[in-house]
Amino acid sequence: MSTTTEHLQATAAAMPTAPRVESPLRRFTAAFFESRIATAAFGMLLLVVAIALFAPWLSPQDPYDLAVVDIMDSRMAPGEEAMAGFTFWLGSDGAGRDMLSAIFYGLRISLGVGVASGLIAMLIGMCIGLTAAYFGGRVDAVIMRIVDLQLSFPAILVALILVAILGKGVDKVIIALVTVQWAYYARTVRGSALVERSKEYIEAATCLALSHRRIVFRHLLPNCLPPMIVVVTLQTAHAISLEATLSFLGVGLPQTEPSLGLLISNGFEYMMSGKYWISFFPGLALLITIVSINLVGDQLRDVLNPRLER
Amino acid sequence: MSVFIIRRLLQSLGVIFVMSMIVFFGVNVVGNPVDILASDDMTQEQIQAFVARLGLDRPIYEQYWYFVLNALRGDLGNSFVFAEPALKLILQRLPATLELALASMFLSVVIGIPLGIYAGLRPEARSSKVIMASSILGFSLPTFWVGLMFIMVFAVMLGWLPSTGRGDTTELLGIQVSFLTWDGLQHLLLPAINLALFKMSLVIRLARAGTREVALQDYVKFARAKGLSARRVVLVHIMKNIMIPVVTVLGLELGGVIAFSVVTETVFAWPGIGKLLIDSIQLLDRPVVVAYLIITVLMFILINLVVDILYSVLDPRVRLKDVKS
Repeated sequence: MSTTTEHLQATAAAMPTAPRVESPLRRFTAAFFESRIATAAFGMLLLVVAIALFAPWLSPQDPYDLAVVDIMDSRMAPGEEAMAGFTFWLGSDGAGRDMLSAIFYGLRISLGVGVASGLIAMLIGMCIGLTAAYFGGRVDAVIMRIVDLQLSFPAILVALILVAILGKGVDKVIIALVTVQWAYYARTVRGSALVERSKEYIEAATCLALSHRRIVFRHLLPNCLPPMIVVVTLQTAHAISLEATLSFLGVGLPQTEPSLGLLISNGFEYMMSGKYWISFFPGLALLITIVSINLVGDQLRDVLNPRLER
Repeated sequence: MSVFIIRRLLQSLGVIFVMSMIVFFGVNVVGNPVDILASDDMTQEQIQAFVARLGLDRPIYEQYWYFVLNALRGDLGNSFVFAEPALKLILQRLPATLELALASMFLSVVIGIPLGIYAGLRPEARSSKVIMASSILGFSLPTFWVGLMFIMVFAVMLGWLPSTGRGDTTELLGIQVSFLTWDGLQHLLLPAINLALFKMSLVIRLARAGTREVALQDYVKFARAKGLSARRVVLVHIMKNIMIPVVTVLGLELGGVIAFSVVTETVFAWPGIGKLLIDSIQLLDRPVVVAYLIITVLMFILINLVVDILYSVLDPRVRLKDVKS
């Protein structure tokens, strides 16, 4: 009796497991969520994005509706009650705005500027990097010289020069961030495209006399994407931090677009009198956003790196 | 060797020229300084005389030409706001910035390398994981917010350290420095730590990666087998070999620290060139902005040049490759 069971178990183990197709996407997701920290960071990031998207419905107050904001509520400590009856969980600022609501709205602007500049920089950098790699020779040399030159100056300096030249405004800050970042994408995509270009499938496509455009965008590009995904996450975090810094310095976004950086900057003057919450909580929101993006990016790098293939 | 240096020098000159052009033409497109500086009750003639005195009525390429001629003579124009030579303003404030930058480099090396080596020697220990997690935090924390929190905790709540300014300065070789007086040192501490956090995380990561690699090499195993003390193996055999990447990166990052001091100086009201730049941008004081940028770009190019040359001295492969190509 016992031998039969053992025998059965042995055959069950020897039998090939159900012919479940392991798609690359599924393998990738499984590998990504292997790390508990990365999973938590991903959840946090989803939460932050959701808050940014649904800010008007989640906030206790519309902080920029003058009919709702009451100056009598200014500089309330966290937990105090507003004239209108709700509680200032995170306190209120100098104009009587609820900090929680201001942070929700600020996240929208910060994330919006960061993601927009990250994506635009990626598109531009990708096209330039692919061009350099695909055509090689003199084109490549000139483009890479410019990239090297740009990367030899720190991002904050270039961004400062640009906003000093262009002035304040959402569009100008995005232009500055894109200018600072395109070179990273160009360098990354060129690196992987150079490797891919020498492979047989590109040779085959060239022999079929396909157009340059088709080869570059349909054959070369998809195979260069994995490292780009990593760069885009990390650079978006960088862009958000840079925008906050510029806004804090008073050369980034105008007061009409109160991102997290501006909220922190506005709280600076109240800090010396011990009213920490006006600067503290927006900074915490900024920190949570940046750390969770960075952790997700780190994990993506580990998972997508072909050298660490498990 | 000299061919290499001459070629690098020529490249640097080219970069300076291009940068001066970008900066000058860029900055001159910004708002009209006349609107800001001329008072409302000036007559039309007075405004014209004012414009002529500042040279704003000439075509822009002519303004640039005079700018280059004057720049070669060390004259980068007068500040609209202070009515003093822009170069003088920058040079007056440069020592404060350099002191801050060097202090934070010092802190990041003195704290970063031991922590990095420790984490590299015991990658699995809990304390190492804490160190690495804090280094991720150091990368992610926005510098200006950390500065604010430092002020909040150490100046406002605890009242241990002052939050603004440079404190008492003493003269050292004709330069005003803060770090020789107790008061100045207290003022220097918070901004220097604030500026150092980012570089410290970088040094920790470099030192850890280097240590993990070097610790497995045969010569380290041999040194251990010879019966050398663990202390000597770490301090001599490992430390020497992880210093190469650390020194290179730090050399290149010195410029980054100077650029990033803009943020720290603004937070702590440190009277350096960074704070001057932000004030000048807001007041549209063009000559000072241009002078700041030119000086910083020069500093950068100089640092890159020195690092490149040092590198070619240390590693002949770099030099040979460049000559061949």
